[in-house]
Amino acid sequence: MRKKIALVTAASLLASVVALSGCGGGNSGGNSGGGDNASQTQAQAAGGTETKAEGGGDTASGDAMHLTFYYPVNVGGSAAQLIEALCNDFNAENPDIVVEPVYTGNYDDTVTKLQTAVQGGTPPEVFVSLATQRFTMASTGMAMPLDDLIAADEDGKEYIEDFLPGFMEDSYVDGQIYSIPFQRSTMVMFYNKNAFKEVGLDPEKPPTTWDEVVEYGKKLTNENRYGVGLALNSGSAQWAFTGFCLQNSENGENLMTEDGKAVMFDTPGNIEALQFWLDLQNKYEIMAPGIVQWTDLPTQFLAGEVAMIYHTTGNMANISQNAEFEFGTCFLPGGKRQAAPTGGGNFYISNGLSEDRVQAAWKFIRFMTEPERAAQWSLDTGYVATRQSCFETDLMKDYYEELPQAKVAYEQIDIAKPELTTYNAAEIWRILNDNIQSAVVGDATPEEALKAAQEQATEVLAEYQ
Amino acid sequence: MKTYTKKQRELKKNLVGWLLVAPSLVFMTCFTVWPIFRSIYLSLTKYRMGMAKPEWIGFENYINLFQSGLFWKVMGNTLYFALITIVPSMVVGLFLATIVNRKSRLTGFVRTAYFYPVIMPMIAIASIWMFIYMAKNGLWDQLLVSFGRKPMNVLSSKKTVLPAMAVMYVWKEAGYLMVFFLSGIQSISEEVNEAARIDGAGSWTIFRRITLPLLAPTFLFVSTIALTNSFKLVDHVVIMTEGAPNNASTLLLYYIYQQGFTNFNYGVSSALTTVMLLLLMVVALPRFLSQDKKIHYN
Repeated sequence: MRKKIALVTAASLLASVVALSGCGGGNSGGNSGGGDNASQTQAQAAGGTETKAEGGGDTASGDAMHLTFYYPVNVGGSAAQLIEALCNDFNAENPDIVVEPVYTGNYDDTVTKLQTAVQGGTPPEVFVSLATQRFTMASTGMAMPLDDLIAADEDGKEYIEDFLPGFMEDSYVDGQIYSIPFQRSTMVMFYNKNAFKEVGLDPEKPPTTWDEVVEYGKKLTNENRYGVGLALNSGSAQWAFTGFCLQNSENGENLMTEDGKAVMFDTPGNIEALQFWLDLQNKYEIMAPGIVQWTDLPTQFLAGEVAMIYHTTGNMANISQNAEFEFGTCFLPGGKRQAAPTGGGNFYISNGLSEDRVQAAWKFIRFMTEPERAAQWSLDTGYVATRQSCFETDLMKDYYEELPQAKVAYEQIDIAKPELTTYNAAEIWRILNDNIQSAVVGDATPEEALKAAQEQATEVLAEYQ
Repeated sequence: MKTYTKKQRELKKNLVGWLLVAPSLVFMTCFTVWPIFRSIYLSLTKYRMGMAKPEWIGFENYINLFQSGLFWKVMGNTLYFALITIVPSMVVGLFLATIVNRKSRLTGFVRTAYFYPVIMPMIAIASIWMFIYMAKNGLWDQLLVSFGRKPMNVLSSKKTVLPAMAVMYVWKEAGYLMVFFLSGIQSISEEVNEAARIDGAGSWTIFRRITLPLLAPTFLFVSTIALTNSFKLVDHVVIMTEGAPNNASTLLLYYIYQQGFTNFNYGVSSALTTVMLLLLMVVALPRFLSQDKKIHYN
């Protein structure tokens, strides 16, 4: 009997201790919040449960330093394997550093995981997140400015200047560089050349203006096919909308100020742009009514059910491999002017790391953005290569010769502007998307919708004024 | 052998008892009690990602919520979704239970088949049903087209999006509720049925006059489960619509998730969590209060 009691006692004590230690670690992380140094060390001291080669790796000699790298995959294909392979290459080249890539779902999931990791006191050293998240990353202290690292590199200045300006543009927060372009894209128009021929349009002359979109769209629309396709679901609508607003603005103004602290949603030009979308659906009836999902649109295009779609260059590989017809790509047709939005993800380094970890992380970013490697990444995924020198590689030249449709994206970067980017970006996106949808489903007129969006967004951004 | 006083013996007995419950007590405190109090506290603060510590603001979060149109829309959606899923899933569940209660060679297979959707994760189900509801190319729209109707794109219309999700949920949930009904039916003594049959009652009468009344406790239990389950749903919203169009399919839990993990607004999401907690408590109340009234136990 006594033996039994002792056993039970021991077991329950053990269980309680385990539970308590886990509990303590979680609490201290939750209480202190933020990604500052203090909370990190505190959580680790309290027994953070992550079994990362933390702490010891900083000073220990001989042992390689382990870095965690969070990356999202937002396009189809084998991007995850490619990242793993790239990390292996890096590890082989740098025996003192081991980068451990962690696949973290799509962009939204990645931010969620990142947040959890920061709260738990174990942020990844390097991560890829949307360029549009940089204000949030900076203001919440999740990422660090990279200017000192760039300045310390001998070729730092040339390195930064080598990035396409259209992409580098959205790396800055208050004049400091917070991120390095990695998997960047832009929106182009894919069109079905066979359908063009079928209705007597010249397949080498895609539409260049909104009027032509309507004109061509009317010709291309029949019982089984819509002329134009746009994805209007949350998370996609705001991207396309940036493009249409840029095309229709008086002087090429974007939806927000450059400092990310104010938005201009309800300008007459933008209201017209939203009205144009509704007209495509309801007046001309050349676009599917309601909301088509981002991921469904390429499928519909490939099935020949939509003749011209607005979509990301990231889908180039998918479409070129699966199209059973001849397809073309072109610049987004212009309204008052030609313009397009850029999008995609950048590299960030977590805040509050020790100096040698920061150096190692920086080394990794430099490695991943080397011209040859960035060019290969572009080929394999369809993202636009981020650096000018990428386009001088034979790899890139051969690729464009083989698939001229891919080149349009690169050429378009000159006229492309960053998509909607502000502080609290996710919340502002949601506000714009919800209100656009309210106009699309007929709850509000374009003017009412954008006025409401303006009001709500201004309220959210009030604290940054 | 040492002798213990009565008090010592009592103490020893109590100690063993406490030790036995210690593990679950610790876990409950850490993972249930503590988070509840913590979110109640956080709901009274302004706390966003990047802030060093929460800032006390009293009931401001609640006041803002109660004044926002979106909050009431979300509450409306949540209640509407509960309404259109609970009754159908209970009816279907009961129906399935009566079917699988009959003994035949196929019973095992049929039971497994009906229960199958339950063990599938919601994420997988939502992904599959997205193909069914896919605009134009989906099974549902193709079915409509083959009957000469226009495709509906159900997930993009504010009128059809929640009913469409409800159909999917009933399909998944009915099998789960079936199990409770089945055990309820099987616990009804066969003698009662036999006596009724001897008195010349048909199977419908037996079902209506004997099975249903005797299932009353099961009904109460199942309705509570179904109701709380319907409040706890979030996965399918994330996968299928992200609340579109214009938040017509945003349910309470998704709204909480969005505030907490997309907007990093811990204060507001805690306030919403507290609202949900109160709601669930109210829902569970009838079960505690009316337990022994008007309900036949065997």
